Amino acid sequence: MSYAVKNLAQGSRELIAFRIGDQEFCVNIMSVREIRGWTKATSLPHSPSYVMGVINLRGAVLPIVDLSARLGMRRAEPTPRHVIIVAQVKSRVVGMLVEAVSDILTVTDENIQPVPEVSSDLEKQYARGILAIDKRMICLIELDALFPDTESEAA
Amino acid sequence: MDMNEIKEIFFQECEEQLAELESGLLKLNDGDRDPETVNAVFRAVHSIKGGAGAFGLDDLVSFAHVFETTLDCVRSNKLEPSQDVLKVMLKSADVLADLVTAARDGGGVDEGRSRGLVKELEALARGELPSGGASEAPKPPAKPAPAPVAVAPAPAPAPTDDSGFQPIPFTFDEFGDEEATIEPSSFEVVFKPRRELYSKGNEAALLLRDLSRVGEMSINCDIDSLPAFEKMDPEAAYFSWTINVKTTKSEQDIRSVFEFAEWDCDLDVKLAESTDEELPMIPVPFDLDFLNDDSVDDEPAVENHSAEQAAAVAAAEAASNVSKMAAAAARVEKKESQSAAAAAAAAASANAANAAAGAGQTIRVDLDRVDRLINLVGELVINQAMLSQSVIENDTTGTSSINMGLEELQQLTREIQDSVMAIRAQPVKPVFQRMSRIVREVADMVGKSIRLVTEGENTEVDKTVIDKLAEPLTHMIRNAVDHGIETPEKREAAGKNPEGTVKLTAKHRSGRILIELQDDGAGINRERVRQKAIDNDLIPADANLTDEEIDNLIFMPGFSTADKISDISGRGVGMDVVKRSIQALGGRISISSRPGQGSTFTMSLPLTLAVLDGMVVTVAGQTLVVPLTAIVETLQPEAAAIHSFGANQRLISIRNSFCPLVDVGRILNFRSIQANPVEGVALLVESEGGGQRALMVDAIQGQRQVVIKSLEANYTHVPGIAAATILGDGRVALILDVDAVVAASRGQSLRGDGALKSDMSLAATG
Repeated sequence: MSYAVKNLAQGSRELIAFRIGDQEFCVNIMSVREIRGWTKATSLPHSPSYVMGVINLRGAVLPIVDLSARLGMRRAEPTPRHVIIVAQVKSRVVGMLVEAVSDILTVTDENIQPVPEVSSDLEKQYARGILAIDKRMICLIELDALFPDTESEAA
Repeated sequence: MDMNEIKEIFFQECEEQLAELESGLLKLNDGDRDPETVNAVFRAVHSIKGGAGAFGLDDLVSFAHVFETTLDCVRSNKLEPSQDVLKVMLKSADVLADLVTAARDGGGVDEGRSRGLVKELEALARGELPSGGASEAPKPPAKPAPAPVAVAPAPAPAPTDDSGFQPIPFTFDEFGDEEATIEPSSFEVVFKPRRELYSKGNEAALLLRDLSRVGEMSINCDIDSLPAFEKMDPEAAYFSWTINVKTTKSEQDIRSVFEFAEWDCDLDVKLAESTDEELPMIPVPFDLDFLNDDSVDDEPAVENHSAEQAAAVAAAEAASNVSKMAAAAARVEKKESQSAAAAAAAAASANAANAAAGAGQTIRVDLDRVDRLINLVGELVINQAMLSQSVIENDTTGTSSINMGLEELQQLTREIQDSVMAIRAQPVKPVFQRMSRIVREVADMVGKSIRLVTEGENTEVDKTVIDKLAEPLTHMIRNAVDHGIETPEKREAAGKNPEGTVKLTAKHRSGRILIELQDDGAGINRERVRQKAIDNDLIPADANLTDEEIDNLIFMPGFSTADKISDISGRGVGMDVVKRSIQALGGRISISSRPGQGSTFTMSLPLTLAVLDGMVVTVAGQTLVVPLTAIVETLQPEAAAIHSFGANQRLISIRNSFCPLVDVGRILNFRSIQANPVEGVALLVESEGGGQRALMVDAIQGQRQVVIKSLEANYTHVPGIAAATILGDGRVALILDVDAVVAASRGQSLRGDGALKSDMSLAATG
């Protein structure tokens, strides 16, 4: 993990990386509240397909989003090995279902490459950069763009 | 504590005083002639004036001063509180409230209005009756004082304070007559400080010194109640003084010496008269020499019925200071029943009972703290449920001591929860009081004469409900005054009392609060409503609607029937807004109207937004909670009772009436095909329109009190779902919004008939 050590200087930030299918993504660690195991969610009527339902997070009702479906990939079939990343998005708290958390990265802005031009609107909306680390490609996503305030109303 | 905080407290107290003022005035308006009511009103204005003076709020002070002067005339029976006088006073109370608001939030008030009222008040104080009350001849300044016992509705019996005073009925009729004091006259002042006077930093000696500047005086100090040294409480008040003042100034000037101590002492000022009674206490000369040299008179003033007066004042104060004395008064009422019996007839005991009911010790608590407590108790309830569930799962014998302990725990939790909820419960009175002002103002604007009658103001409901109630209620009141009640001419033509009545009632009904707004106006003009709905394309011209359906059209968005758009209502935002805000509170609203006799709006709201009693049911593998209050009965349908109706509808016959079956699983999209009703359970629910529906669920799991959790906090509103809760197994369960589900089913059926375009349809929002 040579990349992690040299970058504790100013301008560096920590990201949390996770896996969905064969792809890796990462989000700013500051927005992540906790990571917990999968528990069955109570499904909500009239909800978008990527909303798996709600769970009880110590007394609060937490909506669970299938991040795979939200990113336009196939729907996840949750197993006990799946995890939920609980993240703060603006004033709301959401749980994101992912396959596994893989890494905590410390990067500076130089490590982040711009997103190449692709035709998919979805990628353009949420992707904020690409990191190349140990021959892996990790996509940095922006949670605010994934869960804008209006999204819920449109749902 | 900085100045701003103190000011904030002052404004908070102002709110309370204004409420007191208004309720007092309204009581007077209803014919209450209890001197204590007048006192309470006077005190409210006086306190506002005093506080405002301390903060240099000059506008407020000067208005309050004029108001106070006029009220003082009422207090001293120089001014008869007739309807016309009270009209001016109620308006003045409104202006005073405006001034307080302006002082707090900045901004101005209607100068012209307040100046006009100042003039009217001054005229009243001079004894001129308002123009409206021409029929009444101006009264002589003071009524001939009748026998005290006959007149005075005796205030609450006096508490036996440490000086052993007995309660004696008295009347304010004897109180000062300022004009008569041009000649030097001697006043008898009985001044008995209470311990609060000292604890607020006032000093009796300084007050006496100030009093000595009013005129020549002699002082006697009563030290009888001073206990032995070892029994003495260093912070208590034991002394009282009887002061004889010879002065050319008025009683008012003497009272003003005690202005800021008045509520913390028993003070009686009266013209010295011949007496027929000796003082029961032995006055001892009291020397003010240590303060200054002038006006020392050692002559013991053993005269007058000061004891009687002091006792009377004590009695009056006891009744007034209900917050401190309510408990004592209630206690004393039993003990002292004999001595009080002569005078304190039913009126007095009613007063005491009112006082005891209306007051009590209170503390101010930050709402956040209460909310935190409520949340924690909510967690406790959930945890307790989880615990007992896991014990039951692991322990099949069911008789262990753990089970017994758990049962007790359950009871305790429930009790804690109820008590915590009670903390947030508040009477609806403040909201109702605000409405009376709105009625006055709107009625004035539209030139109608309308009386607001309120009932059940002490009905308690959760604070959040109260806070959110004001807006829809204001809207409805305006509507009732503007549209509901006819003009006086029309009323007279219809043979009704030209004065309209709007009645606002609150009561508890089966775990909900029911608020009724009733007017005795013309009722809903169904022809016009119908025509309007057709014009606005809300219903097709050939729609066949029942009276109830037509009445409910006024809740449709963008509906307003007033012929002329007025300032007050009828800008298109109408009853649909009211309906929506009531629904947002988990409430229902309905209307019933009889032509020529008026309309009644009935709102039913949950008592709290924090917990509810629910029936836990299973629908398509999902666990749902149905609010118990919505359910009329549950039944197991038989195949013979199910009748198909049209393409998709099914009706169930219950005791020979047919009721539409609503498959909850279908409405919520939990399943795509309709379930077989025979395999499930039907919950008969009452919908807001009054009709009944049978909701189909798969099975009933049981009844439970659940803690309401917001879905909106982290997610969004889900159609058909009111909120969420957490069950004993730690899973989230959704609480069904019965009205929305019923409305959705109705929307579908209505669309099928082509009769109504409903915005309520759930399917569309899904």
